[in-house]
Amino acid sequence: MSAPHLSPEHAEFHEYARRWLDENAPPPAPERLPLSPIEVMTVGQRDYLQDWQGRCYEAGLIGCDYPVEYGGRGHQGFQSIANQALGKARVPFMINVVGLNMAAPTILHHGSEEQKKKFIPGALSGSEIWCQGFSEPGAGSDMANQQTQAIPQGDNWIVNGHKVWTSLGHFAQWMILITRTSKHHKYDGLTYFLAPIEGHPGVTVRPLVKITGESGFNEVLFEDAVIPDSCRLDAVGKGWTVAMTTLTYERGAAESAGGGSGEAARPTQRLINLARETQRNGVCAADDPVTRDALMQRAIVAEGLAQNARRARVPALCDHPMRLPLQQKLVGSELSQHNARLGVQIAGAHSMLYKLDSSAPSQGYWPLAYMNSYGHTIAAGTNEIQRNILGERVLGLAKSK
Amino acid sequence: MSKATTPPGFGFGEDEEMLRDLARKFLDEKLPVEALRKLVAEAPEPVYDHGQRPPWAPGLWKQIVELGWAGLAVEEADGGAGISMAGIAGLVEEVGRHALPSPLISTLSAALVLRSAASAPGREQLRRIALGTTAALAITPASGSWEPGDCGITGTRQGDGYLLNGSAHFVQDAFKADFFVGTARVDDELLLFALPSEAEGVSLEQDHIHDLTRDQGTLRLSDVRLSAKDVVSPNGEEVLQRAWPGLLVLVSADLCGTSEWQLQTTVEYAKNRKQFDHPLGFFQAVKHPLVNAMVEIDRARSLLYHAACCIDMGSPESLEAACMAKSAASDAGAFISDRSVQLHGGIGFTWECDVHIYFKRSMHNQALLGDGVHQRRKLADRLIGPIGATVENETA
Repeated sequence: MSAPHLSPEHAEFHEYARRWLDENAPPPAPERLPLSPIEVMTVGQRDYLQDWQGRCYEAGLIGCDYPVEYGGRGHQGFQSIANQALGKARVPFMINVVGLNMAAPTILHHGSEEQKKKFIPGALSGSEIWCQGFSEPGAGSDMANQQTQAIPQGDNWIVNGHKVWTSLGHFAQWMILITRTSKHHKYDGLTYFLAPIEGHPGVTVRPLVKITGESGFNEVLFEDAVIPDSCRLDAVGKGWTVAMTTLTYERGAAESAGGGSGEAARPTQRLINLARETQRNGVCAADDPVTRDALMQRAIVAEGLAQNARRARVPALCDHPMRLPLQQKLVGSELSQHNARLGVQIAGAHSMLYKLDSSAPSQGYWPLAYMNSYGHTIAAGTNEIQRNILGERVLGLAKSK
Repeated sequence: MSKATTPPGFGFGEDEEMLRDLARKFLDEKLPVEALRKLVAEAPEPVYDHGQRPPWAPGLWKQIVELGWAGLAVEEADGGAGISMAGIAGLVEEVGRHALPSPLISTLSAALVLRSAASAPGREQLRRIALGTTAALAITPASGSWEPGDCGITGTRQGDGYLLNGSAHFVQDAFKADFFVGTARVDDELLLFALPSEAEGVSLEQDHIHDLTRDQGTLRLSDVRLSAKDVVSPNGEEVLQRAWPGLLVLVSADLCGTSEWQLQTTVEYAKNRKQFDHPLGFFQAVKHPLVNAMVEIDRARSLLYHAACCIDMGSPESLEAACMAKSAASDAGAFISDRSVQLHGGIGFTWECDVHIYFKRSMHNQALLGDGVHQRRKLADRLIGPIGATVENETA
């Protein structure tokens, strides 16, 4: 593994991260882990993953670029190196995905000194799990259409409303929450809170079941919940601006500052292996020209995405600064979806077998991954919304609304 | 030319950026689209059927030679600029964006092959190219096979030279070439040769092609005498295999350039043209396909520079990277070509609208050296293994 063009300090950290992961890879999980943090269902899964994130944090692989006073290590450019090492090491993912990639960077941008000290360390170490309260039954792609109300009362806010698709809500201590504080302005009438969830009076978390039959996400009801004003992030009426900061991080437009993806590398290789192991009509699927073409299309899109990330760092080869960053969520989520769909297709009759069937290829991974992939093409602004954003912000086409 | 580590930014540094920006400025000034239309598309179905040469601008070419573009792929020791493949890709993107009719890409292609031969006769020809002599590859048989080993010319030994007979097809910008770099089958060997276009026994037949920005021809050789000094390499197949990624990069870069022009031109139209009280781009049936085209173009462009960088580093993955780039560039070109005509509506279907010039250049380039399906077939042989190579592990 080569580490091109790292400073001696960075190269040393790279070597440290690689070696630490090599020596400290966790034992196998006591129970089957889900595909991603937003599908964590059981206490056993949570404990195992929370412990792993905590150990990575202690080792300095998470939060390394955050200031020391907020629980970080005060480095620069270390997180992307750690992320790379985590990705290559094929270790479990970081459970606190909302805390790391959304709450912590948003608080760093908009928070008071007190809030930064109070919230960021726990988000990085994973000791405090975060969830996201942006979506509502009537505010999906039209995110500014928030109906959850917050009304001031002394030093507190009284919150009433209904949030949906709340991943990790059943384990969360905190929620990044958007509320409506004025009915007169659609965008300027929003205010952002860091809301207490677990055991908080007036807050009810109920699991939602996905098309896969699995849970992992929830609806959260606020019924006269009292939230102190000290939990308000940035000014009253600035909620939309703060939410945009969060979404910028969520959609990967900025370098993931919290880090720790741990996603399995080279998805195309997994598909090729499946094709090699699968017989279709008495012929190896890897020998079928149509399947081979489809596999190569996937390989090209995957490599293209990796090379996009590389080109995004070369201003001379980018016509518009947001042109590549804003594509990442769109292309990445559709790549996973098309990969999983191709896996289902290659598996043929065996793709009908699901998780608990002992004959299912990879314990039902392909149909499960395919169905789950819609979470990613819908979440964080549906891909239709992403296309609007790209068409309007990058190409300069008229707004569709 | 192999370097130890991956350079940052695909090796696209200040020199490459300066060259590219200069090329953009030069072509913006010398060949705006109005001038291009005037040059190649003034009359519908202009000249091809009558044996006349397709129009180009020899005066502009002279300036291009003075700028040193012809010798970009020639090493400095032989009088060229010896710029990286990443730099060449950047320049050729601009060439594509302006749909420049010229022998530039055919000459760069010939230079890459000659350079890959690394022989004294090859270097002799490279020195001529650096001075402005134009060249074209004559390596494709009548079947249109893109396998470097296939060729339609045979050679027989005569003295210390050869006698060549047969034909090379799909020769790009053949009528602009001062000499040809071709292949001839001699027994089990593939001979790589250089042959002046005026040599005795050499004739050119013009193809009628739809692309208005280049010419193409069939090179026919009848008892052409080839002296030993014009043999560039006796291992023509190896030489071509080594050069192949670079050839794919040139066509892919041209495709990226035409595609970006098509995208931006169609976007402009979608901003200005109003229907149902809205600019066309307001409608998602227009907006979303344009975004999809952008995504495809960006994929192709990133893969293009990856491939160029692999070549510059002498990476063993160069061919895979170049097949990926050409597949992505061909498909991106096909998609934005399709949308550029369709979204221009009625006017897009006419000769007076400029989009057809780029549509045709792109369609030509999509097929040249193999389309997306072809590239993916080659890629599959490398990434999965040839068909039938998977060992059956059970016969229950």
